[in-house]
Amino acid sequence: MDVLIGILTNIFEEGFIYGIMAMGVYISYKVMDFPDLSVDGTFPLGMCVTASMITAGADPLLACIVAFIAGSLAGCITGILNVKLKITDLLSGILVMTAMWSVNLAITKGSAVLPFYNKSTIFNTGLVQILPESVQKYRVLIVAGLMMLIVKILMDLYLKTKSGLLLRAAGDNPQFVTSMSRNPGVMKIIGLAIGNGCTALAGSILSQQNESANITSGTGMVILSLASVIIGTSIFSKVKFMKATTMAVIGAIIYKMCLVAAMQLGLPTNYLKILMAVIFTVALVSNNFFSKGRRKQNVQPNKL
Amino acid sequence: MSSQTNFNNFSDTLVSIKNIDKTFNKGSVNEVSLFKGFSLDIINNQFVSVVGSNGSGKTTLLNLICGNMETDTGKIYLKDRNITNLKEHQRAKFIGRVFQDPSKGTCSTLTILENMSLADNKNIGYSLKAGVNKKRKDYYCSQLQLLKLGLENKLDQQVGTLSGGQRQALALLISTMTPIDLLILDEHTAALDPKSSENVMELTDHVIKEKKITTLMVTHNLKYAVKYGDRIIMMHDGKCVIDAAGEKKQTYEISDLLKIFNEISIECGN
Repeated sequence: MDVLIGILTNIFEEGFIYGIMAMGVYISYKVMDFPDLSVDGTFPLGMCVTASMITAGADPLLACIVAFIAGSLAGCITGILNVKLKITDLLSGILVMTAMWSVNLAITKGSAVLPFYNKSTIFNTGLVQILPESVQKYRVLIVAGLMMLIVKILMDLYLKTKSGLLLRAAGDNPQFVTSMSRNPGVMKIIGLAIGNGCTALAGSILSQQNESANITSGTGMVILSLASVIIGTSIFSKVKFMKATTMAVIGAIIYKMCLVAAMQLGLPTNYLKILMAVIFTVALVSNNFFSKGRRKQNVQPNKL
Repeated sequence: MSSQTNFNNFSDTLVSIKNIDKTFNKGSVNEVSLFKGFSLDIINNQFVSVVGSNGSGKTTLLNLICGNMETDTGKIYLKDRNITNLKEHQRAKFIGRVFQDPSKGTCSTLTILENMSLADNKNIGYSLKAGVNKKRKDYYCSQLQLLKLGLENKLDQQVGTLSGGQRQALALLISTMTPIDLLILDEHTAALDPKSSENVMELTDHVIKEKKITTLMVTHNLKYAVKYGDRIIMMHDGKCVIDAAGEKKQTYEISDLLKIFNEISIECGN
């Protein structure tokens, strides 16, 4: 029983953390219709920024915020490459993802792994200390859940603002945004900034849980986040009044469950990446199967 | 600035297109020179219908005015502003456009209410304030009632679930919601069935007359071109072969237009 609870706690901890990324990717992939590959580079960016800041003695919460900003800036670059320089969406993502490798190494001063054991993180400072002893072992779950909730509420609120409505319009129909006398390209850049900001924030939180940053941790994040979004939105597509952000988080938890289940059944760790690819393929294919032709063609780089 | 002073002589001219050239695929074997020194003036409150065969330059003309295509040379004025170098979204402040494709003028994944709220904020801006202002709901309903399609009872329905005719009517409402100087109708009834097409056209006429908007309508429907508006232009090969306003326009009938249409086509060997 304790083992099961341990596994479930682990699933939800990581599910919540990856859920933050999934919500971000929901904005870039589903709302803006932009398959953003730069996520593979911005996830470790969040980790590296956090590790170097915490090593230097910065406040862990501040590190989270700086990680978000750093991710947003990287997202802006992806957007500018696509919108202003007319590079295709996939290539813009690949360019930023590749460049991020060097950026991350520069941040960690050349080390591929930057541990910061026994430093203060969001999981051992602040309000966590006043938690009663009995729930201390769930502190990661509680903090990760809280962070996820904050991001979710902020994002739900944003999508209801004027700017948020225009963002949704930009992904759906760029011409409409042009008719509203606004530049749809700018909205696309904002969407990518939010997406990559959330991704870097997720990276930041995960590194604080592991107490170390690893620049190779980004591999597979595109697949993980896209699969979470697709699983979440296709399972709950018929459910009314369920917010897409909730679907993305649940998608991330389900995805994590599949991985853990496979590991528990004895799949060697070496096959983890292929399993991730397989789950993503299954999610994509079943999504196409259930909703034929629903996803429209990729939006062309907008005319300016 | 000589053209500017020249322009001010015609104070009731709203749109002034001066000497524009437009060549496609410049420098390649497929080079097509469409406009050579093309000029056109549209006066305030005029409703202009433009007809012409495919490739005659109607849609290019609209694209040049709206700014999603650039002129090679020449200038375009709207009121007293030189808009030649403004981008499409900057011109959209003064120019409303309804497209042939009903899905272009509205957002399918947003509700009717959200679509109208966005349109309502065109001149106010898109800040972090609440996207839908509930106080404006009654106003939106009153506007939707004008369409007589019952859309005022479907405020929270996604626009993607509406029919083409309903969407086009909504697109018309959205593009004229904030004050604009010029309304561009780009074959906006062409994708609709005959009944919806009639409806949207009547509605268009009503809105234009009520809000007194200067309008440039491109259509393939000669009946509409004859019936509506107070100026008719037939384009061919980047030139106006017919340009009749006021009483002179009334003398044209569908058969006359068809005759000229056919003569031009035979000339071209079609």
